[in-house]
Amino acid sequence: MRNIDLAIIGGGPAGLAAAISAYDNGIKNIVIFEREDKLGGILNQCIHNGFGLTRFKESLTGPEYANRFIDGVLERIIEVLKETTVLEITKDKLITAINSEDGVFQVEAKAIILAMGCRERSKGALNIAGTRPAGIFSAGTAQKYVNIKGYMPGKKVVILGSGDIGLIMARRMTLEGAEVKAVFELMPYSSGLKRNIAQCLDDFNIPLYLSHTITKIEGKERVTGIVVSEVDENKKPIKGTEKHFDCDTVLFSVGLIPENELSKTASVELSPRSKGAIVDETRETNVSGIFACGNVLQVHDLVDFVSEEAEIAGKSASNYILNGKENSETVSVKEGKNVLYVLPQKLNVNADNTKIFFRVTNTLKDVTIKAESGGEVIFSRKKKVAVPGEMETVLLSKEKISALKGEVVISAEVE
Amino acid sequence: MNNYDVIVIGGGVVGGMILRELTRYELKVLMVEKNCDVAMGQSKANSGIVHAGFDAETGTNKAKFNVLGANMMQEVCEELGVNYKNNGSLVVAFSKEDIKTLKVLLKRGKKNGVKNLKIIAKKELKALEPNISDDALGALYAKSACIVCPYSLTIASIGNAMDNGADLLVDFDTVKVERDGEYTKLTASDGREVLGKIIINSAGAGAESIANLFGDYSFKTGLRRGEYMLLDRESGNLVNHTLFFTPSAKGKGVLVTQTVDGNILLGPTSVEDGNPIPETTDEGFAFIKEKASQMCKSVPYYNVITSFAGNRAFCDRHDFIIEESKAYKGLINLAGIESPGLTSAPAIAKYVVNEMVLKIKYAYVNHYFIRKRYSIDNLFQKPFKELTIEEKNFVIKKDKNYGKIICRCEGITEGEIRNAIRQNPPARTVDGVKLRTRAGMGRCQGGFCQSRIVEILAEENGVSVLEITKNGKGSEILVEEGK
Repeated sequence: MRNIDLAIIGGGPAGLAAAISAYDNGIKNIVIFEREDKLGGILNQCIHNGFGLTRFKESLTGPEYANRFIDGVLERIIEVLKETTVLEITKDKLITAINSEDGVFQVEAKAIILAMGCRERSKGALNIAGTRPAGIFSAGTAQKYVNIKGYMPGKKVVILGSGDIGLIMARRMTLEGAEVKAVFELMPYSSGLKRNIAQCLDDFNIPLYLSHTITKIEGKERVTGIVVSEVDENKKPIKGTEKHFDCDTVLFSVGLIPENELSKTASVELSPRSKGAIVDETRETNVSGIFACGNVLQVHDLVDFVSEEAEIAGKSASNYILNGKENSETVSVKEGKNVLYVLPQKLNVNADNTKIFFRVTNTLKDVTIKAESGGEVIFSRKKKVAVPGEMETVLLSKEKISALKGEVVISAEVE
Repeated sequence: MNNYDVIVIGGGVVGGMILRELTRYELKVLMVEKNCDVAMGQSKANSGIVHAGFDAETGTNKAKFNVLGANMMQEVCEELGVNYKNNGSLVVAFSKEDIKTLKVLLKRGKKNGVKNLKIIAKKELKALEPNISDDALGALYAKSACIVCPYSLTIASIGNAMDNGADLLVDFDTVKVERDGEYTKLTASDGREVLGKIIINSAGAGAESIANLFGDYSFKTGLRRGEYMLLDRESGNLVNHTLFFTPSAKGKGVLVTQTVDGNILLGPTSVEDGNPIPETTDEGFAFIKEKASQMCKSVPYYNVITSFAGNRAFCDRHDFIIEESKAYKGLINLAGIESPGLTSAPAIAKYVVNEMVLKIKYAYVNHYFIRKRYSIDNLFQKPFKELTIEEKNFVIKKDKNYGKIICRCEGITEGEIRNAIRQNPPARTVDGVKLRTRAGMGRCQGGFCQSRIVEILAEENGVSVLEITKNGKGSEILVEEGK
């Protein structure tokens, strides 16, 4: 069996940045496992621009952003196994993978970085009444058909879900000649970036119906129409508010779920809140030597943040391989009022300055973001608006962390 | 060329089992199916239960064929390489009235010939099913009950029959019937004609209208819609057995069961509202949830990966019709094969062939009959993911396509997908590939793999991807080339 220092599962933006970071921190014996035939992950089908504004201070397309990191991997001559699917990871860091050339094979690694990304929640999970005709796609699948394969999945389109992929696809389908009739959003707000609502819907006069959902799909062979209803504050459809729309295509952009099937085989503990692994500030999971970063850990708003998180994981993994595990005391970080999830969920008391990421549960105005520990407020910041669609941060300094006596609670309170 | 000894109308599980049984004899046989693929009707959307046989009144066809079929099922599944699991069933009682009914069922089961049947008390029930509702008082435990994948069984039986020489015509919607000497001529809506000496009407929901074409008006059928919800395999250990409510005047009600593939199935509803389109409804979802929550504690509805509906035909005689038509010589009618039809299918097939077809037209035994159906390379009957590492590597060495995982959720390889398109009965649609391989049936519901499956289908059939459909004409996946 082959032994390597570091295995990186996934060659998307997270895996690429993690590999480069680990390499630059002294680990050369790295293998990236990628199931597709090329590196870059989902960025390859995101041909719109707007990537890299934070990191590179310029607006790149998805493939351009990916290529900067792919070039970095190639320059460092890091080994990549393409068209290779990892089937299982054990907590002893034994990886079983499959491809056409080597068949089913096993590799033992000193450390592993999980970077498998996320998948779209499917229409099937929503229990929408009606038939199951052709013309129903997740927004990402439609994006792949249009941008990679070069085919149109429909002409008269409605979209459920105003997350960024839904918004981007509203514009993309319009530019490709389809008629996008409307975007419906279950929540009273969009979870997409504000700039995407302006550039993808407003600029094309595509109406956005907030607090609406699809309650029925019609059509025998192909979708012929849908029924939408307004929903009440409990997100239940209100009788009598039904509206009918003719369409041949329904795109679903109803949430992203970290794809942690492999993490489970390795006994990695997951957070029911973030749906990703529970990690400390180094992005190490409960399994010693297994790290996680990018959308498999938490669904990020911007790829720029994925790269940043992957670099932390890469550096931490190389530290682990070179210096072994440091056994330090940890404190937990918990969700307080109006906070959906926090990350990391654990802090080593000897940690450096650490950014704690979190999302709020609903739209909040005039909010005070607070970190408390042992009855003391250790961080506080006022904000005009906080929305679930945009990740928030709390910065804790090295000094503050070393002085922690007990768990840290992050909350977002409205006066 | 198109003259046959026997023509089977309808590619469901009953027709499929009969077709296979016919190929055990030196008979020239054909199946015609009006849809673009087999297993498109009630054989696709049912609970997949091999019933023990205590439900039906003693002396009925239902009772007789249920017990006979249940005893045959394991061997049939092993021959055809179809997943089968003896999980046992529990009819759960929630009231004193229910307990009385269980005693009736126990007595009836014994009379029908069901073995290993007993009533268990609350404590034993809890031990068998830790998630069962605290309100459950006891259950009728049928150890012999099993689960099977109904569409896999249908597809495999037809595939095996084709391997043994049977022909299959799909998209063949029979619209005209006429005598032609010793033959009967069937004409399809597109003008195709076939001739058969004996015609078997196993058209399921269409059995009445087919019989009518022959001038046989001896029975009437109605449609009953059943809706289901399917949970992710992650929740697969919610229950271990198939859990039924104690039957009342309102029927058997919703069941909670594992599927052979490790998912959890909730349903069906039972609605007769005249709607011929099998569609799910909000009322149906609410009903299923209400019932499932009565049966089990904390059902993880957040793990629903899909929901679906199916129509099943029942007939006005409320028993299986298995008889030669009195109105048309040479026509055998199979109608009203509702639950326990899946369980009964192997036994019905044996009876129809041995006691009816061969009595009309004697035939020699086919000594070349191949009993087994393989899914990989004439070597393995299991899905690729269930092979050992050594077996997998052996297969990949012969065909590199088995080294490429296409459906990541279910772990399905390109080799299996191409095999499903090449093997009998060939998959021609995205749904056809899905039913044969499970590609696209997992938690992402085809989000990642559908585009690749469309390409492979186009490649194997030598057509443009624009021609690839979900399940037949009018359901094309893509509408045009991009700009």
